[in-house]
Amino acid sequence: MQIEPNKYVKELTQEKYKYGFTTDIHTDIIEKGLNEEVVRLISSKKGEPEWLLDFRLKAFRHWQTMDMPTWAHLDIPEIDYQAISYYADPTRKKDGPKSMDDIDPELLKTFDKLGIPLEERLALSGMAVDAVMDSVSVKTTFKETLMEKGIIFCSISEAVREHPDLVRKYLGSVVGYRDNFFAALNSAVFSDGSFVYIPKGVRCPMELSTYFRINAANTGQFERTLIIADDDSYVSYLEGCTAPMRDENQLHAAIVEIVVLDRAEVKYSTVQNWYPGDSEGKGGVYNFVTKRGNCKGEGSKLSWTQVETGSAITWKYPSCILSGDNSTAEFYSVAVTNNFQQADTGTKMIHLGKNTRSTIVSKGISAGRSQNSYRGLVRVAERADNARNYSQCDSLLLGSRCGAHTFPYMDIHNETAVVEHEATTSKISEDQIFYCNQRGIPTEDAVGLIVNGYAKEVLNKLPMEFAVEAQKLLSVSLEGSVG
Amino acid sequence: MLEIKDLHASINGKEILKGINLTVKSGEVHAIMGPNGSGKSTLSNVLVGHPAYEVTKGAVTFDGKDLLAMSPADRSHEGLFLSFQYPVEIPGVSMVNFMRTAVNEQRKYKGLPALTAGEFLKLMRQKREIVELDSKLANRSVNEGFSGGEKKRNEIFQMAMLEPKLSILDETDSGLDIDALRIVAEGVNKLKTPETSCIVITHYQRLLDYIKPDVVHVLYKGRIVKTAGPELALELEEKGYDWIKKELGEQA
Repeated sequence: MQIEPNKYVKELTQEKYKYGFTTDIHTDIIEKGLNEEVVRLISSKKGEPEWLLDFRLKAFRHWQTMDMPTWAHLDIPEIDYQAISYYADPTRKKDGPKSMDDIDPELLKTFDKLGIPLEERLALSGMAVDAVMDSVSVKTTFKETLMEKGIIFCSISEAVREHPDLVRKYLGSVVGYRDNFFAALNSAVFSDGSFVYIPKGVRCPMELSTYFRINAANTGQFERTLIIADDDSYVSYLEGCTAPMRDENQLHAAIVEIVVLDRAEVKYSTVQNWYPGDSEGKGGVYNFVTKRGNCKGEGSKLSWTQVETGSAITWKYPSCILSGDNSTAEFYSVAVTNNFQQADTGTKMIHLGKNTRSTIVSKGISAGRSQNSYRGLVRVAERADNARNYSQCDSLLLGSRCGAHTFPYMDIHNETAVVEHEATTSKISEDQIFYCNQRGIPTEDAVGLIVNGYAKEVLNKLPMEFAVEAQKLLSVSLEGSVG
Repeated sequence: MLEIKDLHASINGKEILKGINLTVKSGEVHAIMGPNGSGKSTLSNVLVGHPAYEVTKGAVTFDGKDLLAMSPADRSHEGLFLSFQYPVEIPGVSMVNFMRTAVNEQRKYKGLPALTAGEFLKLMRQKREIVELDSKLANRSVNEGFSGGEKKRNEIFQMAMLEPKLSILDETDSGLDIDALRIVAEGVNKLKTPETSCIVITHYQRLLDYIKPDVVHVLYKGRIVKTAGPELALELEEKGYDWIKKELGEQA
């Protein structure tokens, strides 16, 4: 249209990733490569008990027998797992042992710059944060305040030390180490992530959030998060992530497990903004993530909301096992791909209990030369009487060089099930953009306005502060995409 | 206010406008009439900068500035408004969000601070009354599910919000019943000031019963072939366009 596409795309995609800086800090990085010794080294650095080392070693041995999955609609360059360092600790000072109160000011500055102040007096109101850089949790805020209600919110490493029984009971209970290639890898080498336990009958008084930051070069990040909501409890959990701009690809292979007990409710929201690579497709994070929750309890509820704008390649299917009778699960997703990004994302809803209900709303937005796929499975087991699922998968295309794909699978073994699926594909028309232009709205803002309108149903599910951030992010991610 | 000199424009390589000359002064209402395919909509699209059209020759100044050098959004900011013949639907984008963005973009261009939510909603309430649109308007998506009449009223509502210097009404009367036509026309008249001008593109006299033109032009085959006072519109209504074609034929 009115813009010189090349110049524009370049300027914007290069400049608008405002989290692309690096922090210059001494980081204790172990040598590249992966073998049993490395697994043992990670475990010993974290001072782990024997059972956890065993868990890691079993996972590692199993991983060695596996191949990387190739079924996704993704073109993944070969990854040399021996060229990655599996542990990087930016909190370890050269001299002397680290103390909890003695955080390097550089780290505090980094999180400040990312908009995540780690001093409680400066914090966003009503939000507790666990800040993770590379392999280590830097700080968790409001831990003491939450503890007064019996809520445990800390890094998983700390949970292993302080609450071993809970961790041992639930770790790997939703995503076993045999689950898939990346789950096995994560189970072998996982470092920090968050641990949340909400006791019976407690409604968590603030949003809990974890902010993941990759900083060190040539390292992988293997976060592990475990959330347990005991009977009649409620928690809303948020996750954000960013990484520096680098020409090399970086691997992020996470596992998130959620256990929801009787009548409990968990809301899990993600704004994923890993570095997506440049406009030529160079660099960016490989985001290969296994997230799953088990609605174990009667009448339990789990809701996933994700806004995926970053990463060079996304392979991610936040899923729900509806094992408790009358349990409910939701999946709301906006996935944006621009330039050379690829995303294969969706969900699995596994109905096991009676009268279980699930809702899937997926909004894909593709621009540039990107490929964006929705992949979803709805399974209704034989004993899951009266299961209900409603799925809606919409794709929006900007330009003519990108791709949108939908792969819905249904596997229904109970004839009382009611499963609905709707899908649409649309394009932002020149006429819509021109209409906005004529009213004084420049093209970039018009695209943002239209895309945010399209994604509104999902954005509305996010907590307020996050929704505003996500809206801006959507516009920024697509800037330069109409030309 | 607007001065068009020897304007030539084409779409997909086909020349539609073949040398338009037109001057509109402040406070004037000009009607442009003409048979189908004569280039009326092309002229309005070219003036607001639709990217599908290419200007091949000629110049247009708007308030002394080179209009053709401006982006479509800046033409709007400078005070040019088009009431579209077929307003497009934008699903998911609420009218309140759309108009707030539009109004604040204009204010930004003029170096004014953005309106607060309260100020904006108050303004919106005042302006929608001009075209008798109800309060549900704010939360509806832009033109989505609007009836033909509502779409045209919505165009005039947007005109009221943006307070343009020059408004082009492109067949605003098409598809309107007599009540809707009256509401739309009265809306336009309420917005009229001695400083603002209007170009009314229409096939029919009936809109001009409500919006009184100072000058009437006939556009035919990409040129303005006749210009006269309001009586020309009545004559066209009575005789059709054939006599003009004949007149031209005689001259040729």
